[in-house]
Amino acid sequence: MPQVTLTVNGKSETVDVEGRTLLVELLREKLGLTGTHVGCDTSQCGACVVHVNGMSVKSCTMLALQTEGAAVTTIEGLAKPDGTLHPMQEMFREHHALQCGFCTPGMVMSAVDLVQSHPEGLTEQQIRHGLEGNLCRCTGYHNIVKAIAAAWPLMHGKAMPEAAE
Amino acid sequence: MGFEGIGAAVRRKEDQRFLSGSGHYTDDINRHGQLYAYIRRSDRPHARIIAIDTKAAGAMPGVAAVYTGADMQADNVGGLPCGWQVKNKDGTPMAEPPHPVLAVGKVRHVGDPFAVVVAESRQAAKDAAEKIAVTWEDLPGTASIADALAPGAALVHDDVPGNLCYDWHIGDPAATDAAFAQAARVVKLDLTNNRLIPNAMEPRAAVGDYDRTTGEHTLYTTSQNPHVIRLLMGAFVLHIPESRLRVVAPDVGGGFGSKIYHYAEEAIVTWAAGKLGKPVKWTAERAESFLSDAHGRDHISSAEMALDAEGNFLALRVKTLANMGAYLSTFAPCIPTYLYATLLAGVYKTPVIYAEVKAVFTNTVPVDAYRGAGRPEATYLLERLADVIAHETGIDRVSLRQRNFIPADAFPYQTPVALQYDSGNYQATLDAALKAADWAGFRARRAAAQTKGKLRGIGISTYIEACGIAPSAVVGSLGARAGLYEVANIRVHPTGSVSVFTGAHSHGQGHETTFAQVVSDQLGVPFEQIEIVHGDTEKIPFGMGTYGSRSLAVGGSAMVKAMDKIIAKGKRIAAHLLEASVDDIEFKNGAFSVAGTDKVKTLAEISLAAYVPHNYPINELEPGLEETAFYDPKNFTFPAGCHVAEIEIDPDTGVITVVNFVAVDDVGRVINPMIVEGQVQGGVAQGIGQALLENAVYDGSAQLVTGSMMDYTMPRADDLPSISVGTETTLCTHNPLGVKGCGEVGAIGSPPAIINAVVDALSDYGVRHIDMPASPQKIWSIVRAGRSRAAA
Amino acid sequence: MYDFTYLKPSTLPEAVSLLSSDTEAKALAGGMTFIPVLKQRLARPTKLVDLAGLGLSGISVAGGKVRIAAMTTHMTVADSPDVQKAIPALAKLAGGIGDKEVRHRGTIGGSLANNDPSACYPSAVLALGATILTNKRIIAADDYFQGMFATALEPDELITAVEFPVPEKAAYMKFPNPASRYAIVGVFVAKFPTGARVAVTGAGQSGVFRHAAMEEALGKSFSPEAVGNVPTDAENLNSDIHASAEYRAHLIGVMARRAVAAAG
Repeated sequence: MPQVTLTVNGKSETVDVEGRTLLVELLREKLGLTGTHVGCDTSQCGACVVHVNGMSVKSCTMLALQTEGAAVTTIEGLAKPDGTLHPMQEMFREHHALQCGFCTPGMVMSAVDLVQSHPEGLTEQQIRHGLEGNLCRCTGYHNIVKAIAAAWPLMHGKAMPEAAE
Repeated sequence: MGFEGIGAAVRRKEDQRFLSGSGHYTDDINRHGQLYAYIRRSDRPHARIIAIDTKAAGAMPGVAAVYTGADMQADNVGGLPCGWQVKNKDGTPMAEPPHPVLAVGKVRHVGDPFAVVVAESRQAAKDAAEKIAVTWEDLPGTASIADALAPGAALVHDDVPGNLCYDWHIGDPAATDAAFAQAARVVKLDLTNNRLIPNAMEPRAAVGDYDRTTGEHTLYTTSQNPHVIRLLMGAFVLHIPESRLRVVAPDVGGGFGSKIYHYAEEAIVTWAAGKLGKPVKWTAERAESFLSDAHGRDHISSAEMALDAEGNFLALRVKTLANMGAYLSTFAPCIPTYLYATLLAGVYKTPVIYAEVKAVFTNTVPVDAYRGAGRPEATYLLERLADVIAHETGIDRVSLRQRNFIPADAFPYQTPVALQYDSGNYQATLDAALKAADWAGFRARRAAAQTKGKLRGIGISTYIEACGIAPSAVVGSLGARAGLYEVANIRVHPTGSVSVFTGAHSHGQGHETTFAQVVSDQLGVPFEQIEIVHGDTEKIPFGMGTYGSRSLAVGGSAMVKAMDKIIAKGKRIAAHLLEASVDDIEFKNGAFSVAGTDKVKTLAEISLAAYVPHNYPINELEPGLEETAFYDPKNFTFPAGCHVAEIEIDPDTGVITVVNFVAVDDVGRVINPMIVEGQVQGGVAQGIGQALLENAVYDGSAQLVTGSMMDYTMPRADDLPSISVGTETTLCTHNPLGVKGCGEVGAIGSPPAIINAVVDALSDYGVRHIDMPASPQKIWSIVRAGRSRAAA
Repeated sequence: MYDFTYLKPSTLPEAVSLLSSDTEAKALAGGMTFIPVLKQRLARPTKLVDLAGLGLSGISVAGGKVRIAAMTTHMTVADSPDVQKAIPALAKLAGGIGDKEVRHRGTIGGSLANNDPSACYPSAVLALGATILTNKRIIAADDYFQGMFATALEPDELITAVEFPVPEKAAYMKFPNPASRYAIVGVFVAKFPTGARVAVTGAGQSGVFRHAAMEEALGKSFSPEAVGNVPTDAENLNSDIHASAEYRAHLIGVMARRAVAAAG
């Protein structure tokens, strides 16, 4: 059986997989990291979003073997080791940006990437558009958008630039 | 610690685990030695099963077993039961055809399960399932209600003539006819309520486990009501006594009604685990969700209102055809009857109403309650009709509604369709919504949009719903085969911390927070010392679960009743310890005191005394401090409100943008305003989805065309506006918290507000009505037709 | 998914040899379309040959041409200052494909090799008159697209890069499918000294196509007015639950007009 060696949440892992094993299956079934979810079969819901080498990807649309040598971060690896939540997680809580919690891990991982990749700031429309790859059935997105806007200054350590608002 | 009782926007307890990836959903559960089930489903809308050959599948690597419907029948497995019997006009019972767990003889819709493979891995089970060979005889199938009712239509069930499940009515036909005969004017509207696919983000899943040594079965399942599943599956399907069947619904990733019902897969994994002596897990792929989760809505209605010369509603007559799908889902029959037609008075004082409902079998996925369930259909009908009346009579649409409102001083108000509304103030929610939406300033916004080449419209909906379902005796007389009370067990631990065991189930509603606020408020125990336990039949007493916005109104009331008992017992213990008369003991802020003295005992001290009864009135009182209450509601609750939508149309493409949405709802007392707002926003999003985006489409041969998220439009963040939520409160008069419920109002009030706004925007194009969803193509066709008329 | 052998060669000849030695072997680029196809069990390759190790990534601008290597992701193209400067319409198109997770993995070569009739990139390649560079030859855009999911590529032929001539101006407008967000209609317009080129994706029954009547109109006057009234025959257009052929024909006009306006 083929093997893949990768780093998951800072820890090196070597795992036996099939050619057809998806990254999300590696995470959930081989490594027991069940925070990453599967909500569809057509790469649309985004419940499975993780970071591979710092970029958000859908782990249901990537083969485990494609992550050879890669650094993967899942929702379980986002908070600090002492349990302190990432600012995005904290703002999701503060703004009630989650209800059933199922889309939340993917939504948070996607949102972290969105804010990181927009140091110039984000408008409400940019945030809404930036969530194109994540579906939530509970919240109507209203509070998710608010949470992401609130996390931007915390992640960039400064106020959101005026022009972007 | 800030104020964390009733009324505080307390941040949710459950969020820590959900945000850190520690939520525990059914598919996260893995039992030692677990096998995986894959279900073969019909790809045919309607076909006779001539033969199923499972030999090749059984010989595939890793396969433990292959079962068909015949195997289950041979093992005396029963069919999936229906929980509600509706009666025909003539008093005879509805047609209730059998619903085998795995199809026997015929398949009746695309997605109908007919075989299951159990194997060592998901992929092995799926590999083997492909090897099952079936000989079919295709039969004509239809998804259309009209076609299914047509003379000579193929029968979905051979013993249900005309595909008619029931022909039911409510109201007074003679009085209605008489009122119509007197009417100055009659306004009619035909409309469709589009079929929806719930699509909770977590696909359904089930894990069956069997302990050979004790003979105990455990089912972990994505359910909104584990006790209901235990009752239905244990008693009717698998014949397992309650003491040998545990049902656990752990964290559940959204339900919206679709996880109320007892589904085939729950019985399959429980049964197969018993047969094989190993745990068996099944998790739906999203494609299976589309084909097996109960769908929602799907009505065709014809409505007419009799009016006097001033625009007063004199009488309403409604005929509705409701699609049941191929089988009766657990609560399907009550949706287009007792949860729909009883709401046809709306917020209006229409004196007489007569409604007829025919429920019809078709070759489609079963239809059952989806967020709102019947009430969105009633509201859509009434609020569209109101706008058409306004348009045709020339009466302003707000004035028309106000003229017909049940006035605030008329409660309790008996409607002509069975319900008695206890409280409400429809003018108050209307006024607040119009103000928040700047209704008065709309003309200017419309003119401004026009200069940009956009068509702007505004729409209103004033709605009511009935929830907090419901007095058991009442629903029993209407055909419910279950009680609809709720239970709470409150356990005060020796240290004074509290565990609450509730029959309500949280799948996004935030019960662990809201319920803790209610308990903290009444018992004076710090919020963080209160634990809410739900979703496990082994831990909680027999409860009925969460649907119909009932958790707080019914489940919360049960908690209040249980806490009343705790306090009453605590007073007796305190009286003993403080050497006072029970009548002199007061309970306030978590402490018992003797009135007018400084003699006081905290709840924790009382609790310790109850569990360490050294100095205790042991001859009069049992030790311990734990109480259970079952609360059976006295009536439904009646949330109501006003939604205002403002939209803009790009006439070149037909694309609609929702530019503003205001909801002002009366949900009774608000325990946690943050959670209420979130519930309303989520409901509104689903309502906007129904109005503009979502539609389950079957083709002429009853194949589901919208079988994935590639074709079925799920609302995304950039499809939706910010949603402004306000509340105006009148208290429910018959439950101790004064609460009404907030889970469904958003989905109920919003669709007609949106469509009314769309029709308003197209007022220059001669449009009277647009069926949902108002897709860009539909709008473009209207604009094109209007432009070519104008050019002619 | 059916199981397969996953291979990740490190040179182009090695990849070609793996693919040519087994007719059931398939190349894997970003996988954003192909992995979902595999998950639905609509394909059953024996081997997947991952092209990620061939060094086929990068963007260069020289001699009036933008050259994008085949395995360059949509996000890289969208974010590239070089592309943004030379052909901003191309950067914008890449930034509108799928969602950001798709853009992080999906590649230009994969998109073109697949030639989905609703994909965005084919319209840019065709309208800009790009050339497709393969391990064997150079293919002109006009010769490359051969119908729905059909291209001029031979079984053992791999795209290595795409070269786009820099136009005077260009723009892309997409009307997305509300559910899948693929193009129901996407129109790419480009103006060159030699004339205008217009390519339409999402609408045609045979995939991406050039719109001769619009090209002619824009050749005379590159203005929204010139193209806005050029009709499109609905006969050969797709029809589905979201858009009839007539509606698509209409949208082609609207998107073309808006694209020309956006091109400035």
